[in-house]
Amino acid sequence: MEKEVAGEIAGGQELLVNRTGLMLNPELGAELVQGAKETIPSSEGNGEDMEMERAEYAQEGLPIGSNPSPVNGKEMEDSEELVPNGGMAVLLDKLGERLAFERQGTRLYEAFIQKMAAMPVDGTDAPTVEDLRHICEEELEHFKLLQQAIVELGGDATVQTPSADVSGVLSHGALQIMSDPRTTIPQALQAALNAELADNDGWKMLENLAEQLGQADLGEQCAKAYEEEQEHLENVRTWLSQMILAEAGEEEILAETDDTDDKRSNKRSRRDTKKKSSSSKKRRNR
Amino acid sequence: MSLDLTKEKGVELDKQIFDWRDIVRTPTSKLDDDAFTRVRIILMNGIESEALRFQHSCARMNKDLQLALARVRRVEQHQQTLVNWLLPADLSPLETTIGFEQVAIEVTASVAQHEPDPYLAQVYRFGLLEDFDHLYRYSALMDRVMGADANNILQNYTDVLPGRPTAVEHRAPEDDLREPYDRTKAAPITKLNAVTLMGGEHQTHDYYMTIGPMFADPIARQLYAEIASIEEQHVTQYESIIDPEETWLEKWLLHEATEIYNYYSCLMYETNPRIKSIWERFLNYELGHFHFVLEVFKKFDKRDPAAFLPQTLPEPIEYKSHREFVRKVLREEVDLRARGTQFIGKEEEEANFPSVIYRSQMNSNISPSEAVAADYKWKPGTELAEETSDIKDLQKKVA
Repeated sequence: MEKEVAGEIAGGQELLVNRTGLMLNPELGAELVQGAKETIPSSEGNGEDMEMERAEYAQEGLPIGSNPSPVNGKEMEDSEELVPNGGMAVLLDKLGERLAFERQGTRLYEAFIQKMAAMPVDGTDAPTVEDLRHICEEELEHFKLLQQAIVELGGDATVQTPSADVSGVLSHGALQIMSDPRTTIPQALQAALNAELADNDGWKMLENLAEQLGQADLGEQCAKAYEEEQEHLENVRTWLSQMILAEAGEEEILAETDDTDDKRSNKRSRRDTKKKSSSSKKRRNR
Repeated sequence: MSLDLTKEKGVELDKQIFDWRDIVRTPTSKLDDDAFTRVRIILMNGIESEALRFQHSCARMNKDLQLALARVRRVEQHQQTLVNWLLPADLSPLETTIGFEQVAIEVTASVAQHEPDPYLAQVYRFGLLEDFDHLYRYSALMDRVMGADANNILQNYTDVLPGRPTAVEHRAPEDDLREPYDRTKAAPITKLNAVTLMGGEHQTHDYYMTIGPMFADPIARQLYAEIASIEEQHVTQYESIIDPEETWLEKWLLHEATEIYNYYSCLMYETNPRIKSIWERFLNYELGHFHFVLEVFKKFDKRDPAAFLPQTLPEPIEYKSHREFVRKVLREEVDLRARGTQFIGKEEEEANFPSVIYRSQMNSNISPSEAVAADYKWKPGTELAEETSDIKDLQKKVA
């Protein structure tokens, strides 16, 4: 069966063929669909039971964690206006979130730099190692800025706040994608784009929050960081877009060449049987 | 308060019932619960896991015991599920790993200090320094790959320092076996200690084997492969200290007594009332198991179980920071190596020793544990952090 779909395996190399779709093997697929159509579910309903069950747990009201409190009550004397404890707790929670994010972002870009160094790409569409290093350094600066800001507000910069925890769960996937040696540069850029989108909104929110709580200096620092993050976002977005468009253009040329040679019918099998080689890997990264 | 095993009957096996809502509770909080609550949950998952493992092995060798084993095992499995499901979803596999190593350090430290047999206490201290090093390597991984601080999990109780380097922990199988205690002479606490640590280490091995492939980073995958291999050595070490002459039923009773002892220890130290009520319930379930197995024992064995079982429970495992003890052991014993069932100084090792040859082969391409922690020193807030004024003040206060 394998031979019919993908051709011969030559030279002991691994076959690169996507086997996840139904249409890869239509006969097996048809049997599967027919079997499922004849199914009689063991219970009736529309998911309401699941909804009610989830609500029971939610109503217990136990949180992921608590907001940290200022460690020495310093906020009162430093603040231009009297900041309510609730407001300060929210601010420290969100500062903690950005701190964790920027620290993780530093490691994210370090991994990206290593990936770029290990998988050089041709052309001008991709970022350079220097481009990425610049972003990485700014992420680190932002992390340190937040460390100082939290301490100056009387907080503990080593705390993992609830928002930091939630944001860590959210961005876990980005780190996984970046540190996986099998992912391509565009795939890594996709992970970076998601991170930068979240980061941009995070800084803007922090700027607004600081201003609302009368922390004017902090607000200004956040505004500056936001500007830098906007630049990161714009660059990552452009690199990703250019690389995807370039890849699509290249595939188009490949298709036209196939037409000219009257080999369209063979295209799929030839592309499916791409072997792991330095040239194919490089092509995927461009 | 001490607990008399002969008088306390617990809950009868037939009355030990569950439903899915009961089994799947709202988990503990990674941020708010005390680190030792997590330590207890992780250890008890290991103890229950060992109960299942033992009972399955026993069933495969003893037709007459199969039904009794199946009945008790059904409850043990549900207990394990309830306990393990107390870990929250926001606790990542690497964070849970940090928790596992904290268990291995703090629980082993307590066990080593309460072990009356000097040779076995030495065995425990030997294992302790290896798990201590694992914590350091995993903390470096967490810092350098995930950008996170292991102390958020450890909560200041446990040091993040190199121990006996993981790279030298790789030994030939003949250097992982130890001398067993003598079942006719060993103190009851000796038997409970051995089953406790064997269960804990076995679960650690199985956990690393499950989650290792979930990491994308190749160095993380290598580190889990390397440390899982050491955990397998630790299981070999700890199971070899248990007298193999114990009968199946004797071992079963000792397993049940170990579970009682551990739930009792958890109960004595638990600070979260919601979790404390679970320890209390399961202590009573285990007492029920113990008396059920005692009846089975009497049918097949004419001996008096008092000959090998404790009547009252020993002092509970101390769920607290053992920093000073661990540091002392580190200073005095980090350079120990194993040779057969005994311990030698590293200067006594020779190039043709089986462990030296084996270690050299395993590390011939790369040592993941050395690579990940190259020049690593834990700092508050990760190695990327600057030392802020509050941290400087903290150090002045302590000085």
